[in-house]
Amino acid sequence: MLENKIVTAITKIRTGIPGFDEISNGGLPQNRTTLVAGSAGSAKTLFACEFLSRGISEFDQPGVFVTFEEPPEDIRTNMKSFDWDIQAWEAQGKWLFVDASPHFADDSVTIVGRYDLAALLARIEHAIEKIGARRVSLDSLGAIFSRFQDSTLIRGELFRIATALKNRGVTTVMTAERNAEYGPIARYGVEEFVTDNVVILRNVLEEEKRRRTVEILKFRGAYHQKGEYPLTIQPGSGLTAIPLSSIQLKQRSSNVRISSGVAEINEMCGGGFFRDSVILVSGATGTGKTLIVTHFLNGGVTSGERCLVFAFEESREQLFRNASGWGVDFAKLERDGNLKVVCFYPEVMGLEDHLVHMRSAIEEFKPNRVAIDSLSALERVATPRGFREFVIGLTSFIKHQEIAGLFTATTPTLLGGTSVTEAHISTITDSIILLRYVEMDGQMRRGMTVLKMRGSRHDKNIREFTIDADGMHVGDPFHNINGILAGNPVPSPTPNDLPTA
Amino acid sequence: MAPCVLRLYLTGRTPRSEQALVNVRRLVSEFAIDPHELEVIDILEQPGLAEQENLLATPTLVKAIPPPVRRVIGDLSDIHAVAEALGLHTSSSPGEEDAHAGK
Repeated sequence: MLENKIVTAITKIRTGIPGFDEISNGGLPQNRTTLVAGSAGSAKTLFACEFLSRGISEFDQPGVFVTFEEPPEDIRTNMKSFDWDIQAWEAQGKWLFVDASPHFADDSVTIVGRYDLAALLARIEHAIEKIGARRVSLDSLGAIFSRFQDSTLIRGELFRIATALKNRGVTTVMTAERNAEYGPIARYGVEEFVTDNVVILRNVLEEEKRRRTVEILKFRGAYHQKGEYPLTIQPGSGLTAIPLSSIQLKQRSSNVRISSGVAEINEMCGGGFFRDSVILVSGATGTGKTLIVTHFLNGGVTSGERCLVFAFEESREQLFRNASGWGVDFAKLERDGNLKVVCFYPEVMGLEDHLVHMRSAIEEFKPNRVAIDSLSALERVATPRGFREFVIGLTSFIKHQEIAGLFTATTPTLLGGTSVTEAHISTITDSIILLRYVEMDGQMRRGMTVLKMRGSRHDKNIREFTIDADGMHVGDPFHNINGILAGNPVPSPTPNDLPTA
Repeated sequence: MAPCVLRLYLTGRTPRSEQALVNVRRLVSEFAIDPHELEVIDILEQPGLAEQENLLATPTLVKAIPPPVRRVIGDLSDIHAVAEALGLHTSSSPGEEDAHAGK
């Protein structure tokens, strides 16, 4: 008798791996097998484990882990560092190992005649039934190829296993080795039998820095985001993918103004910064960027807002001393609970890790304002591409929270100039304030201008400002001087000069 | 002499399973493995035993006793190779296949 088969679109199940479900437009194709291929150290086993552990902890879906390489005991121990208590899940009947790791010395096993892997399939199916598993991970296929010599036979058997798992309604992850980061999908032609869905994990050495990425090569019949995305490993939580291009510009735009903390700057900006805007302050070392940050934070706390600052150039002590030199008591503000100062040396971790840390700090503290001093310090620890991704990822995140962000960027030259930071960020910031040294009459004086103020009129003058124990004081525009921004101020000819000149 | 204990793990009653069973019987008779115990285990019926034995492939023949434990994977088509792998060489020279035929 013929049955009416209803053809439905492919549904997906969320992996629970942060960021991955965005890149994959909803997770892995349900009831199918996805090949996760990667070179040594690309976090394949972690992916396979996290697929199960998130399934258990977030979706209450039991999982079977088939290990061909590491003994279960090692996996239990290794995954402890991510706070996944596999042993407890095993006791609750949520996690079951099928131990296919090598147990016997090679010389105690001989192959005579034809065989198949029906025993393995029977064990996996038995395990699935035993705990009602919805997810299965097989890690990693290369180990089984090296144990049985006949790769054609093994490929055929793995295909049989993939088909059987599909019919059982479980979603499967199989991991496989790659020899090179950019080359054939996997060793032993593994992709030939699970061609439907392929995810590639990379651990690329780029300018002496390791950079992890994840790429969805294909999902047959389903949409996903294209290209490589940064991937990080966080102790205590596992993998985090950072979806950049999938970040949508859907945040609302506010007309509410907030104080910069300096009355004159508010005036120059046409009444203050917008509440949900990103402001870039650019200037050479010592021009007063950290001072603007201090005013910005103090202004926020004074009007009852919560403020968070990430400092990458100075220690807490330095930062607090600076602030008190300008009449702001950071220690007290922090004690009162409306300010949080986070200091890191940029070198302590990679940029992707910084991004993940900063995002979680923002989510935790829920500030109204975030300041970063300085973005340029972070540039040191990244490749140009990594830095660009970081800035875009961070800016989108901050805009998404609908909070104000103030970033500083250091220009490499004392006079004039732009920084790489500016080049990466200028189009996605709402406002840009330039601080410049102005050499006049044998003196270094300071000038400030609002270069850009999206959605508002603003002062076009370059104004002189001074710094004293009360902080910043903005004065009159420089008159009769040209070329300040270019770095070579020259007196412009005045009407008085003309006749006599 | 302690009996030689052999376990043959199969997955269902497939032609390959039957072939392995025939071959293991030929093995014990031709090599005069006596006394012996032959356990035949269908892992579709007892998957737990496959788990215990860490089996991946079938058919698998395990020589549990006397030590050392040896395993042979496959339908055992070449019983001389099997005997060698199991370390079951006897003084009687193998090859006289008719001697115990029909057992």
